[in-house]
Amino acid sequence: MQVQLYQFNLASIGTPPQAWIVRWLWLIPAVPMVAAGIIALLKQAQKRLSSALAISSLSFSLLLSLIAFIHTLSERKLFLYFGLDPMVHNTVNFAWFHFGATRVDLGWVLDPLAAIMLVMVSFVGLLIFIYSVGYMAHDENFTRFFCFLSLFAGAMLGVVISNSLLLLFMCWEIVGLTSYLLIGFWYQKPSAAAAAKKAFITTRVGDIFFFLGIVWLFSSSGTLLFYNRGFGSIEPLSLAILSTQHAGLGLSAAGAIALLIFAGAAGKSGQLPLHVWLPDAMEGPTPVSALIHAATMVAAGVYLVARVYPLMSAGAPPGGTTVALTVVTWVGAATAVFAALIAVAQNDIKRILAYSTVSQLGYMMAGLGMGGVAVGMFHLITHAFFKALLFLGAGSVIHGCHEEQDIRRMGGLKVDMPLTFITYTIGMLALCGFPIFFSGFWSKDGILEAAQHSAAIKGPFYLLVFGALLTAFYMTRQVCYVFLGYWRGRETAHESPKIMTTPLAILAFFAMALGLIGTPAWPWFHAILEGRAATFSWHGFAEPGLGMLMLTSSLVVFLGLGLGWRLYGNKSPKPEEPDALEKSVPWLWGPLRDRLYVDEFYDVTVIAFYRWWARVADWLDRRVWGGIVALVAWIFALWAQLNRLLDVNWVDGGFDKTCEEISEGGGLLASIESGRVQNYLRILAVAVVALVVILFWSSRP
Amino acid sequence: MTTPLAGYLLVAALLFAIGLGGALVRRNAILVLIGIELMLNAANLNLIAFWRYGPHPEALTGLMFGIFSIAIAAAEAAVGLGLVIAIYRHTNTAELDKIDRMKG
Amino acid sequence: MTPIFYLLAAVTLAGGLAAVLLKHLVHSALAVTVAFAGLALLFLQLDAQFAGFAQILVYIGAVAILIVFAILLTRGSDLPKDGVFSKTWFLGLLIAAAVFAVLGWAVLASVSAIPQQNTLPSVTVHDIGNALVGRYVLPLEILALLLTAATIGAVIVAMHEKVRSR
Repeated sequence: MQVQLYQFNLASIGTPPQAWIVRWLWLIPAVPMVAAGIIALLKQAQKRLSSALAISSLSFSLLLSLIAFIHTLSERKLFLYFGLDPMVHNTVNFAWFHFGATRVDLGWVLDPLAAIMLVMVSFVGLLIFIYSVGYMAHDENFTRFFCFLSLFAGAMLGVVISNSLLLLFMCWEIVGLTSYLLIGFWYQKPSAAAAAKKAFITTRVGDIFFFLGIVWLFSSSGTLLFYNRGFGSIEPLSLAILSTQHAGLGLSAAGAIALLIFAGAAGKSGQLPLHVWLPDAMEGPTPVSALIHAATMVAAGVYLVARVYPLMSAGAPPGGTTVALTVVTWVGAATAVFAALIAVAQNDIKRILAYSTVSQLGYMMAGLGMGGVAVGMFHLITHAFFKALLFLGAGSVIHGCHEEQDIRRMGGLKVDMPLTFITYTIGMLALCGFPIFFSGFWSKDGILEAAQHSAAIKGPFYLLVFGALLTAFYMTRQVCYVFLGYWRGRETAHESPKIMTTPLAILAFFAMALGLIGTPAWPWFHAILEGRAATFSWHGFAEPGLGMLMLTSSLVVFLGLGLGWRLYGNKSPKPEEPDALEKSVPWLWGPLRDRLYVDEFYDVTVIAFYRWWARVADWLDRRVWGGIVALVAWIFALWAQLNRLLDVNWVDGGFDKTCEEISEGGGLLASIESGRVQNYLRILAVAVVALVVILFWSSRP
Repeated sequence: MTTPLAGYLLVAALLFAIGLGGALVRRNAILVLIGIELMLNAANLNLIAFWRYGPHPEALTGLMFGIFSIAIAAAEAAVGLGLVIAIYRHTNTAELDKIDRMKG
Repeated sequence: MTPIFYLLAAVTLAGGLAAVLLKHLVHSALAVTVAFAGLALLFLQLDAQFAGFAQILVYIGAVAILIVFAILLTRGSDLPKDGVFSKTWFLGLLIAAAVFAVLGWAVLASVSAIPQQNTLPSVTVHDIGNALVGRYVLPLEILALLLTAATIGAVIVAMHEKVRSR
């Protein structure tokens, strides 16, 4: 029996004074960013200080996030007690700038969604920071690493609490920047530099559509704030307007904007077809892969879709869904299967995990599309923990195998690296969705259940089930190659230091325990995000079809695990030998190993187009614009020549001639001074005659 | 009938012109001086003629003028001829064409 | 115009003409002396007896002699090689003719304006002497100075330069 909820608009009872944590929420992203700024000024040698600054700043953010989370929970309890809608969005908004009559506002929000994400990001981030102290200990650019890490953490936290789509976009861009800086951390390696560029440019493509969506939303609704006491852009008032405006192609304005924003999310979260940067991003150090490309940055896209979910689901007919959500679901499902297929045939330990991440992100998107915010976010949270665990475990393996990354050169590590083996297996089972004790089972099942019950979209369910099979298969393959069998590497492997294995243990614990807050018996997580009361009841399992679904998914997992064991098991084929699967279906193996030719496709189409365009632009620049410039220069040179001619001949010549003539005239006059007295006399006589004539002529009557 | 004034004046003018012509045409310095003396004499004649036929001849103005003119002419001739001799000594010629050190 | 006048005028003019036209310098000097004499007689005809005799004394007695001496001292008796007239004699002639034309025209044009006095004034040497030391004493003194200066100047100018002793 559900509690009746009374919808109360907070505005009707006036604005209560805000809790101090809500006012000071901005410290959570600000402190790590400031720490990054300070670390940037430190010298390379001050390793201890830089890591201490980064870890302490993120610890501080974690502390504040926990306080915020507790505040949200207590607020929820209070509201539920009074029968009010517990879904409260505490916002602090302020105007950034005005132009004319319009103004652009920024602000931050604290609601259950943001609170959960804050805790996850800061907690997982902190664990990875601590791990990095050990992993990057021998790297000389240690300080720079922590500067970028801190900046990333600050920006990601900024994305989480942002109440304005514009502020979110700004922090989103900073996240992309730090991702570029961290992927290309070892920039002397050309492959790393290329991977960083690829990441940035591919996500940029998505960001362009995102920005178009922002602009459209602003012009249609007049505000970019999410929640603004009823006047925010995704609050019912605005959505009513947006879902009735038509935008062509059968979409409403809300749907079109939602699709544009999803394009940005697809870029950041590596959905098809913008997934190509994620596997190459493994060029960065392993903690970077763990933090950014497993737990947080790629989750930002999912978080964005969750944030603007009201927009995505606006105008849905009862029992049905919107175009935007359908697109999100299909893209997610397709990505899930596509990436899982490719992961089967990879040999780099991190690349397998990268494709796995892409696949799981597809799951999250499909979950959001079919099941709503809570379903998708639950899988995001659980995935963050076990994927970070897997990546950090892989880092531990790489570190222990002396920077070896090819799984064909590993093996038998369960003996040499027992702690890593245990934690890695826990993570792997969570990812596969092994029943009951592992969080992945509950979160993935939530998605499958939503897929099954989705009235409008049917196909994705089967795709997702197939994806689960593949996930189990390739993870078993990886574990068999790495930990089972016998050692095929060069030197003996060794276990990693405590500073690296302790975070692994912590994450492993959460990978198992988190499942408990999302089971159907006690859907606490979903209740928080959906704004209802959470009760513990075994009757949650009694929902029709749930038992069948749980059984099906468990069977699929066992099937995958079994297949993997059968093909790979304890055997450790030599690196030169072909893979067992390759031996059986070589025609399938080839394309899978070559990543289904997506990169090659882009190379032939987009890259080739850009090369052609660059040549055209170069030609234009050199011939046309350069030609014009040369022409102008030539005209000026000609003009200068003309001026010179004029100057030499007329001006100088004229002047010289005049001087010559004056000189000659002077000479002429000088010739009168002959020195001969008789000539003077003659002149005198002539003058006298003239004077007399003048005199007499003038005095005539 | 006594000679009219105009006659004397014309004779003086003619004598003057002759003197001037001589001064302008001849090359020898002494002949130039002779020409100048003739011109002076023509002027004297003019003076005396005007004295005789002009108003108030009892004032003796013209006569005095003429006498003084004669005296001065003598002085001038002396100096002039002295100069010619001096120049002759320096340049060994009395021809005016050749004496052009003041040229330019 | 009395015949005496024409005769005297002719003599004077002939003398002047001869003076400027003759080749030999000495002949010129003698001709100019004739011209001086003719002029003196013209003065006499004009009842300026003192002026006439002064003319004879000064001009013929001093100036003419000076001229002859100068001719002597400048070897004027040698005829120059290139002729006695300058190369541009025609221009000089023209200028002289122009001067005469102007003067003649001036005289003839203004004759009617000149009041003519025909009565003979009684001019005695006594009157001239009185005038000289009376009314014209200043010019007389200055003339004396002038004559002194001229004489001294002429002597200095024409003197042989002293040979400077080394």
